[in-house]
Amino acid sequence: MILQYLDFERPIADLENKLEQLRRGDDGTDKTVRDEISKLEKKIVKVRKDVFANLTRWQMTQLARHPNRPYMLDYINFCFKNFIEIHGDRAFHDDAPIVCGFAELEGERVVVIGHQKGRNTKEKIARNFGMPNPEGYRKALRVMKLAEKFHLPIITFIDTPGAFPGIGAEERGQSEAIARNLLEMSHLKTPIIVAVVGEGGSGGALALGVGDEILMMQYSIYSVISPEGCASILWRDPAKAEIAAEMMKITSPDLLKFGVIDRIIPEPEGGAHRDHKEAAESLKKELVQTLASLLPLPIPQLLDRRYAKFRAMGQFKKKAGGAA
Amino acid sequence: MGFLFGKKKKVQQEEGEKQRPGIRFPEGIWIKCASCLEIIYKPEVERNLNVCPKCNYHFRVPVMERIRSVSDEGTFAEFGDDYESIDMLGFSDSKKYSDRLKDARKKTGRKDATVIGTAEVGGVPVVLAVMDFEFLGGSMGSVVGEKIALAAEKALEIGCPLIVFSASGGARMQEGTLSLMQMAKSSAALARLGDAGHAFISVLTDPTTGGVAASFSMLGDIIIAEPGALIGFAGPRVIEQTIKQKLPEGFQRAEFLLEHGMVDMIVERTRLNAVLALLLKTLTAHTGK
Ligand SMILES: [Zn+2]
Repeated sequence: MILQYLDFERPIADLENKLEQLRRGDDGTDKTVRDEISKLEKKIVKVRKDVFANLTRWQMTQLARHPNRPYMLDYINFCFKNFIEIHGDRAFHDDAPIVCGFAELEGERVVVIGHQKGRNTKEKIARNFGMPNPEGYRKALRVMKLAEKFHLPIITFIDTPGAFPGIGAEERGQSEAIARNLLEMSHLKTPIIVAVVGEGGSGGALALGVGDEILMMQYSIYSVISPEGCASILWRDPAKAEIAAEMMKITSPDLLKFGVIDRIIPEPEGGAHRDHKEAAESLKKELVQTLASLLPLPIPQLLDRRYAKFRAMGQFKKKAGGAA
Repeated sequence: MGFLFGKKKKVQQEEGEKQRPGIRFPEGIWIKCASCLEIIYKPEVERNLNVCPKCNYHFRVPVMERIRSVSDEGTFAEFGDDYESIDMLGFSDSKKYSDRLKDARKKTGRKDATVIGTAEVGGVPVVLAVMDFEFLGGSMGSVVGEKIALAAEKALEIGCPLIVFSASGGARMQEGTLSLMQMAKSSAALARLGDAGHAFISVLTDPTTGGVAASFSMLGDIIIAEPGALIGFAGPRVIEQTIKQKLPEGFQRAEFLLEHGMVDMIVERTRLNAVLALLLKTLTAHTGK
């Protein structure tokens, strides 16, 4: 995979290219070259720290969509064993933007369900740019019911620009498919862990997002509408996406504060795309701990807890009682 | 009751009404139908449940008129009217969200975009929720989500059906991801109502789109649509831009959804009460209520 750089990663990229050149010319004999290399290495660490310490919400949005960012199947590959994919909604189609299957997390059998984007043009088209059609959500629900039936916990991975806006999607009930998953996931009798690993785009993300613990990779976003969509409606200019991202507060620290997510999973220095394995290990550690904390809970208690979690989301004023 | 249908409220409703698309007041009591373009006598349209007597076009119905026409006389009792939206994000585009809220409150005389209450419909006790498109396009923020959840929980507590009239452009962007979460919250409350065996009748009026369509609106045991109502997940413009082709005639209208099996029936407003009463009697026949 060729590493691509975002605009704000440019200073880091320039230094890294310089380092690469120096290394190529280094035969281990010239001490000044060796010193230069070690100086440069230190500088890269510092520049990267500086850039990443002051990321804007728009920059985090770009990281969440980074072309090199690990996708669901990368995480499956690094975190799980014995993955068996399950296909189709048994009614219409096998929707490739959603992947479902059985897998093993540190010896625990689980069901995994998530959005999958493509890496190159061919894959992107095959995965419909990570935008599911209704049958994708119906496949996910079918597999969730299997998980319930066979008492397997569910782990979902969220990474989509949104549900696909198309004629066929509307004809086949995109709204109903999303709504049905929200309802069913809210009372599904098995533990559900949700991990937002990239783009959490609107209802199409939430349709896999109702669970007992909501985790979010550090540089992921989770939003009611894409910053571009919001900008084109409210500012009548999609180029104002940067402002929309700031306004909507869609990053992991924001959402932790608003009680939308439970925990932030740290990413490697420079973002998950710099080290898939390290990112996966960070996620895995959290998944294993979270699963261990949920498995002992009796189902009625688990469901009450899940209901209370989503029931409490929202902020408003109550005339009699003050802020709630 | 008196408070709800008092004089002050009525005046504000009519002010809101003037800004609705499709209704204009050339001479105060005459309006022009958006569909057949006939000039019609306004009281005649009102007597006809805001349906054009010439061409059957269904105008949008002000919330209180809807409640009055659907519920048995004198049975509606509002609850949960003390919830008010706040600007938790400090959101501002061309206008501050806090100012948009103020203006919407002034325009509608309501704190937010949903009214909920207990009522009887055809003699059957129900919980009734009606969305107000005049309040920021009926958009769902924390208060709308909360009130739909409260309505479902009240129905569960009483052990009666829930009827929701939707009219909404979708989630309220100015409340960010919390508005998205209202989809999960309202749907979870409906799951509990359904698990207890109580009916949910969802009535889709023009328009029902976005996050409202993709949550409680499409979860009715019975889904009724009003003729010609726009119903869908994605906005027509977004779809056109994505697929780069023109949308077919009648796309995302109630009739299109019926044809594709997405709603149970299209019911004209003049028949709606009779249909609701019959459905309620059937769906409560074995709940002992
Ligand atoms: Zn007409």
